[in-house]
Amino acid sequence: MSHWPLLSLLIWVPIAGAIPVLFAGQNRPSTARWLTLLISLVTFILSLALLFGYNYNSGAMQFVESHAWLPAIHSRYGLGVDGISIALIILTSFTNVLVVVGAWEVIRDKVHQYMAAMLVLTGLMIGIFAATDALLFYVFFEAMLIPMFIIIGVWGGPRRIYATIKFFLFTMFGSIFMLLALIFLYLKTGNFSIAAMQHVPLTMTEQTWIFFSFLIAFAVKVPMVPVHTWLPDAHVEAPTGGSVVLAAVMLKIGGYGFIRFALPITPDAADHFAWLVITLSLIAIIYIGYVALVQEDMKKLVAYSSVAHMGFVTLGLFIVFILIRDGSVDMAKLGIQGSMVQMISHGFISGAMFTSIGVMYDRMHTRMIKDYGGLANVMPWFALFMVFFGLANAGLPGTSGFVGEFMVIIASFHASPWIGLAAAFTLVIGAGYTLWLIKRVVWGEVRSPEVAAMKDISAREIFVLASFALLVLWLGFWPEPLVHLIHAPITELVHTLGHSKL
Amino acid sequence: MITLAHYIVFAAVLFCIALAGIFINRKNVIVLLMAIELMLLAVNVNFIAFSRYLGDVGGQVFVFFILTVAAAESAIGLGILTLIFRNRRTINVAEIDDLHG
Amino acid sequence: MLSMHTLLIIALAPLAGAALAGLLGRQIGRVGAHSVATLSVAVSCVLSFWVFYQLVWGGAHSFNENLYTWFQVGSFSAHVGFLVDRLTALMMVVVTFISLMVHIYTIGYMADDPGYQRFFSYIALFTFSMLMLVMSNNFMQLFFGWEAVGLVSYLLIGFWYKRPTAIYANLKAFLVNRVGDMGFVLGIAAVVYFLGTLDYAQAFQRAPELVGRTIQILPGHAWSAATLISLLLFAGAMGKSAQVPLHVWLPDSMEGPTPISALIHAATMVTAGVFMVARMSPLFELSSTALSFVLVIGATTALFLGLVSIVQHDIKRVIAYSTLSQLGYMVAALGASAYAAGIFHLMTHAFFKSLLFLGAGSVIIAMHHEQDMRHMGGLRKYMPITYITMWVGSLALSGIPPFAGFYSKDSIIEAVSNAHLWGSGYAYWSVLLGVFVTATYTFRMMYLTFHGKERFRVDPHAVKGDEHASHEPGVLAHPPHESSWVVTLPLILLAIPSLLIGAVAIKPLLFGGFFGSSIYVLPAHNVLAEMAGHFQDWESFTLHAFVSAPFWVAMAGIAVTSYVYLVKPSLAGRIAKGLGPLYRVLCNKFYFDELYFALFAKGGVRLGRGLWKAGDSTLIDGAMVNGSVSLVARLARFFRVLQSGYVYHYAFAMILGLILLLAGFVFTGHA
Repeated sequence: MSHWPLLSLLIWVPIAGAIPVLFAGQNRPSTARWLTLLISLVTFILSLALLFGYNYNSGAMQFVESHAWLPAIHSRYGLGVDGISIALIILTSFTNVLVVVGAWEVIRDKVHQYMAAMLVLTGLMIGIFAATDALLFYVFFEAMLIPMFIIIGVWGGPRRIYATIKFFLFTMFGSIFMLLALIFLYLKTGNFSIAAMQHVPLTMTEQTWIFFSFLIAFAVKVPMVPVHTWLPDAHVEAPTGGSVVLAAVMLKIGGYGFIRFALPITPDAADHFAWLVITLSLIAIIYIGYVALVQEDMKKLVAYSSVAHMGFVTLGLFIVFILIRDGSVDMAKLGIQGSMVQMISHGFISGAMFTSIGVMYDRMHTRMIKDYGGLANVMPWFALFMVFFGLANAGLPGTSGFVGEFMVIIASFHASPWIGLAAAFTLVIGAGYTLWLIKRVVWGEVRSPEVAAMKDISAREIFVLASFALLVLWLGFWPEPLVHLIHAPITELVHTLGHSKL
Repeated sequence: MITLAHYIVFAAVLFCIALAGIFINRKNVIVLLMAIELMLLAVNVNFIAFSRYLGDVGGQVFVFFILTVAAAESAIGLGILTLIFRNRRTINVAEIDDLHG
Repeated sequence: MLSMHTLLIIALAPLAGAALAGLLGRQIGRVGAHSVATLSVAVSCVLSFWVFYQLVWGGAHSFNENLYTWFQVGSFSAHVGFLVDRLTALMMVVVTFISLMVHIYTIGYMADDPGYQRFFSYIALFTFSMLMLVMSNNFMQLFFGWEAVGLVSYLLIGFWYKRPTAIYANLKAFLVNRVGDMGFVLGIAAVVYFLGTLDYAQAFQRAPELVGRTIQILPGHAWSAATLISLLLFAGAMGKSAQVPLHVWLPDSMEGPTPISALIHAATMVTAGVFMVARMSPLFELSSTALSFVLVIGATTALFLGLVSIVQHDIKRVIAYSTLSQLGYMVAALGASAYAAGIFHLMTHAFFKSLLFLGAGSVIIAMHHEQDMRHMGGLRKYMPITYITMWVGSLALSGIPPFAGFYSKDSIIEAVSNAHLWGSGYAYWSVLLGVFVTATYTFRMMYLTFHGKERFRVDPHAVKGDEHASHEPGVLAHPPHESSWVVTLPLILLAIPSLLIGAVAIKPLLFGGFFGSSIYVLPAHNVLAEMAGHFQDWESFTLHAFVSAPFWVAMAGIAVTSYVYLVKPSLAGRIAKGLGPLYRVLCNKFYFDELYFALFAKGGVRLGRGLWKAGDSTLIDGAMVNGSVSLVARLARFFRVLQSGYVYHYAFAMILGLILLLAGFVFTGHA
């Protein structure tokens, strides 16, 4: 097993698999679906194989592959993963399976192209998490936009062109700065290896410039206030599968970028400007919480709630600097653990929330909250899932939504009680917007004849939602496997952050 | 005695006429094509003159290349011209401004 | 000896019951669902009694073991595990016993409800959650149980999800609780910050280190660590145990079916805060500021929310406000460091208050879901068992010896009078006057419901079909009758402890060192020890009542109420009119609801809308995003003029460029 280029397979099996899916053509949608499902399952199983060959005690890159790629600029086709990457790769391949099943009957137009785009997207996102070469990372990072652009632009809603362009421009805007930073680092180190970049000494001025370049690139992806406004628009216009991937995986690339690039490459600048990111994170948690409260479109509401939840991710990453300064290393680890757990958990919960909204949209063709009401009467099973995921979104203990928030709140209280207080406010506001949504959509009398005609979820939809639900519960009741998986690299990271590069 | 200078001046005059043909011409695409041919001829004259002056046949060989390319180019140019006329019923340069921003 | 297996069965049996009844409800049917849920809780109940027996008489030691590791980060870890000592065992017995009674009662009460299976699933799930809460050995799991009972409460208040009031009430309950929980989570974070652990045993062992430690909250203001932790944790208790000013959700929670009001909103869940503070006694004892705060909040709740109860017309709301007031008593006891007295009252209250709620439910069935006492009266001859058992509960509530409530409440009042904390004078007068108020509203409720003239009429033709909700108030299709045995059996079974448990338990619980090391009291605060000095046995404690203030205050309340409602019924209206403004304030529950609604609900939405429009739409999307787009557009409009589209212009530009380039070479001399 260890002789196989497992990571290459993970990247290229879905991308290469997209070709036969495309050849299945417009007239054989069922072939395209089954073929895609098969490829997705193979990818998922391959990603699980990572868990078995992984050495839990080492924080170093594993399953390493390295081949010459662009010798002229010393860029290599370098792949490798640690626990953090593995967690995110499995999230990606898992989400892909559910998205394919979720799109089964929903996508009727150009099925083969949709499925192929999803497969390519999956391969590219896995590539992002597996790349150890910065240029390779950058290529995947940019290439991934294309299938997403197509998914939203072709199968999206009425304002899809506006949304796709906004989405594209925001991300490109950020990544230009990242490219500049990477080129600078290349000139400094002589190659594009991320590990080399992490070790190269940099002056404070250099670090500041590089840090802000990374900050802009990844803040757009996360997204952080104030560069978050592309997200609600993109979600609203995206088809269900696009929204699920967007929320479940794509936002995580921002957090991953911080962990892999911004923090270890520019620890001193990150330390110096930690207050800025912490402030923005807290604004995301509180301000966006209030904004989410008043949304009338369900997808927008969940999109804003994503921004608020991702605020915990950046908060957890940057309070680390205060904690290291105070000498509480364990709490620093807890903060990063919290933000990682929050990322994975948000992947499940937001994926499930968008799937649920998709289920409703398929039946009523509206996302407006006011058009719904009393779903519990006509769709009891769906109501069960919707309430469950709503409560998970509100961070109820026993669901995964609680774990990350709990860790980050505890760690941030260590940093400062005020940060803890602001973070803990999510308990109130998060419950407020989610349960108010539930109240208006699920509870109450049947609102209209259209609602009364809605059918309860099918076995296929139950399968998708139940898969999400099981993982949410598993992570809520027993987060230790995940915590253990990412423990070694996080220990390493905290160790790196504790040493100045100056 | 006709010196090198005469040839160069002649070629320059020829080139300038062609240039004027391009700028001042507001009517006809054919004139435009002819002006381009004229420019190439001016260049050819220069090539031959220098070839003789420097005693290097390379310049004269090059002229044949240019003549060939010019022939091909005017063939394609006339082809495009025919298409433009077929599509737009005009070859008036002032009316062909699809690139207008 | 206690084993992990036993405890796991106790905790997980109701969960299994809930899962079966809920997920397979349609397959196993109504009988299947109620059997499986009731049976699972019965198993828990029997085993809990066994555990209690083992701990108290069997010589078993406290059990404290971790089940599995929740997560481990460096040296910081969270576990799932059980701590079962006598305090826990007492709670387990109370919870499972009352839960079992409510399960049996529900078979009758909910008999014709379409959501029968779902209801059983919920209440079994509640039992599981509550057991996880009380059996926890660490803060994380405590918070899990804490939120899980909140969740089930949310689901059950909104059980009849078609009613707008129910789904309003459940949202309100959850959110108000979340405000408290926010404090609670921060309290846990503070515990981790100062003590470095989530485990009870370790935290309490290290608690003495807190003395003298401070934290800068505001620059220049050092707070004592113990005070901060205690106040934050108590914020959680204020939410869950509905103390002023977070009490507003409890009266509204009466939208849930009556068995729930008995189980969750009277006997068990709302007392979780009291249990939690008692459990945390090693922390609270370190801060007399926090204790004073607890004392004052408890006493305020006890008196002022009791007053509101007097003016309610809905029988369930009377009992709900009474619950608030009684919770206030328990909290006041905690504040006075008489934790054992608080737990004692928790236990007696659990019995008599669930009895009263279930009795009220029985009345409500008899009255065809009429809850307004103005349409009741004279019911005693129709439903004797309910009548008698409810009197038992009422006398216990009013603190009349020898009913259970007397012992617990009297000890609380005495403990408060012995307390030396700041605010204890105020607290003493509040709880003392509270006795008058309690007697007044209790007797008013009993008189209005069971005595006096019948204020309903029986008209067989008034109701078409079986619509319970939509008939004219005070008109019944057929005369009220006593409920079936599944309803009355729990009433009788609860009436017995309501009558006896006080006399039996006072000596061991308060003065016999029953709780051992589960509750920690500083010697300087130990009011119960002071009281122990002149306590001999329950008989003399009872006799002593006749020469003590609380008893006569209660008697005064009874006398006034009896005169008003039995002798001169017209007087009540005149008093209400005479006390105009005060009466209005009470009817509007001190305007808390209106204030919160305007401030938080409406204010929150308005703030959100303002931020959205001003921040996201105008500032970010309008100015920054679309602003840069329009800047580009404006520049483009300028530059597009250069693109004329004429070939000869482009050619000219090329030539010009060429000439400039050549000129550049010529003049600079570079090739």
